[in-house]
Amino acid sequence: MADFADFWLLFVLTLDATIRVAAPLILCAMAGLFSERSGVVDIGLEGKMLAGAFAAAAAAYVTGSAWIGLLAAMAVSTALAMLHGFACITHRGDQVVSGVAINVLVAGLTIVLGIAWFSQGGQTPSLPAEARFQSLDWPLAETLRQIPVLGTLYAEIVSGHNVLVYVAVLSVPFTWWVVYRTRFGLRLRAVGESPSAVDTAGISVTLLRYRALLFTGAFCGVAGAYLSTAQSAAFVRDMTAGKGYIALAALIFGKWRPVPALLACLLFGFLDAVATRLQGVEIPGIGQAPVALIQALPYALTVILLAGFIGKAIAPKAIGIPYVKER
Amino acid sequence: MSRELPAWIDIGVLPALNILMAFLVAGLIVLLVGENPLEALDVLVAGAFGYPGSLGYTLYYTTNLIFTGLAVAVAFHAGLFNIGGEGQAYIGGLGVGLVALSLDTALPGWLVIPLAGLAGGVFGAAWAFIPAWLQAHRGSHIVITTIMFNFLAAALMVHLMVNVIIEPGQMSPQSREMAETAWLPFVHEILGGVGIDVTPSPLNVSILWAALACVFVWLLIWRTRWGYAIRTVGKNEKAAVYAGIDPKRIVVVSMVISGALAGFVGLNEILGVHHRLLLNFTAGYGFTGIAVALMGRSHPVGIVLASLLFGALYQGGTELDFEFQTITRDLVVVIQGLVILFSGALAFMLHPAALRLWRRWSAAREAA
Repeated sequence: MADFADFWLLFVLTLDATIRVAAPLILCAMAGLFSERSGVVDIGLEGKMLAGAFAAAAAAYVTGSAWIGLLAAMAVSTALAMLHGFACITHRGDQVVSGVAINVLVAGLTIVLGIAWFSQGGQTPSLPAEARFQSLDWPLAETLRQIPVLGTLYAEIVSGHNVLVYVAVLSVPFTWWVVYRTRFGLRLRAVGESPSAVDTAGISVTLLRYRALLFTGAFCGVAGAYLSTAQSAAFVRDMTAGKGYIALAALIFGKWRPVPALLACLLFGFLDAVATRLQGVEIPGIGQAPVALIQALPYALTVILLAGFIGKAIAPKAIGIPYVKER
Repeated sequence: MSRELPAWIDIGVLPALNILMAFLVAGLIVLLVGENPLEALDVLVAGAFGYPGSLGYTLYYTTNLIFTGLAVAVAFHAGLFNIGGEGQAYIGGLGVGLVALSLDTALPGWLVIPLAGLAGGVFGAAWAFIPAWLQAHRGSHIVITTIMFNFLAAALMVHLMVNVIIEPGQMSPQSREMAETAWLPFVHEILGGVGIDVTPSPLNVSILWAALACVFVWLLIWRTRWGYAIRTVGKNEKAAVYAGIDPKRIVVVSMVISGALAGFVGLNEILGVHHRLLLNFTAGYGFTGIAVALMGRSHPVGIVLASLLFGALYQGGTELDFEFQTITRDLVVVIQGLVILFSGALAFMLHPAALRLWRRWSAAREAA
């Protein structure tokens, strides 16, 4: 019985870590969903999230308020999304090139501004507790913890996260509702499949895609704020470390749909949590656990899925193609 | 009256204006952080060319950027975006290192070096082949797969270096040093041998290989049947099919060539400079190759010029660290991003305005 309790606790703790790792992935994947379903490829999730992380940490440090940090992150990230739109919707530039440009630009700019403003080698000063998003303890969490199985589940999984984790979880039903249950969502899906049909119906393709990118920018900003003001207490160089790309992979893995994308984020988060737990652990017969390889699994799985060996990932039909209105 | 823009505006003036805009914005950012942009430019130029040995460093960076720039360009000509140059360079370096480490004591240098170089090309090509094949035959998007392959390459290298290749008894994940016979000769050594005294720098003979690669790419793209097929597929895949070209084959061929070119970064880094296998020797050259190819308009001459510019920025950027409190070499990354933005994503921004101006001007000239 003790064995089971230990195992259960380990399992719940790993799940808890999974949620913490998956939260920014979920936000970013939902961000990418809006953009890509409208027919605009977004390689720049990584850059927007990184810019958001920097803006959040800088603003929260200066003002002492995590909420103002969050707003700054959303504003900066949305501005970058609009730049993306300006390049590839208005000027019909290459969407992938534009995304790469944003990623590279932000990687440099966050450090240049960070050094100029805070003189700490590109980091922002560490935030005091009140300028961060703290964990919220739900009612009775500590009392109910004593109850086996369900109590630990409640105390570790449901309770004890910061508010942005709950935002991340709620972003999925929100995205689902907007995309599948509103008029805007119907048009959004249509413009990603057949922009000329949308245009014929008298709806502006340009405006619609810009509006989709507003959602993308806002969500990426929240993901960035999560990294620098909730999960850690400062911005550090390249703190997204490829999470934007993992989120993109999860979006594709989830076939551009909210709930499957959520599950993909949780799967990728779980793999990451397991890899972290296995750091330096000896496995009988194998030796050192191949942590780097476990961490690479999300990328490998995405390639295998894209190759059509496990189901088929079909992208929105008009994705990546600038819309040229016929005369 | 001419309706279209003449070539000198289209491939001369407009790209120059785009680059100018990139540098102007970079200058504004320098102003924003409270420094003088002209002073920063001065430091950059002096750092890249002004000190003993600095030209050697500039050309050493240029070598890597020529390889990755050409890699991106060859794929561009086939209408493909190879973001995987970083991973291909990494795995190429692995190939170079594995061959050199296993043969350096057994064979003479003149045999080890070509074999290691070949392995670099083959490993890089293999790392590009899988995404290419998946794109051609399974329809998986090459941008996404090459991004994934960058991460897979990084993970594979960490795993191999930490668990397999690491020199026994070492803490940091590095291989043993290769025997000196397998090292690529440094340019300062060669020049010293004929009596010309040059400050030592990492510049080695792989720059000659980069020059040859430029000639090879020019011949391939504009003077061979394959090059014709690559350009046709890039311009219009349907037309290519009617011309009897198999686009699937061309996708694979162009990506394999692209990957091999990127793989030669490993030759410069592993056999030319570090003389051992280690982590992160690619240092972003694969991504800078995108900026280089866009700026150089995928032409070898343009790529050499753009590589020289970025090579100078890389080297000059290190000087920024010493001269300024507030700006560092990270400014070079900003410039790189701005170049990709203005020369790539916003390449056509000025086109409509330029066309209007040109038409008005030529109409006025005809009326006169």
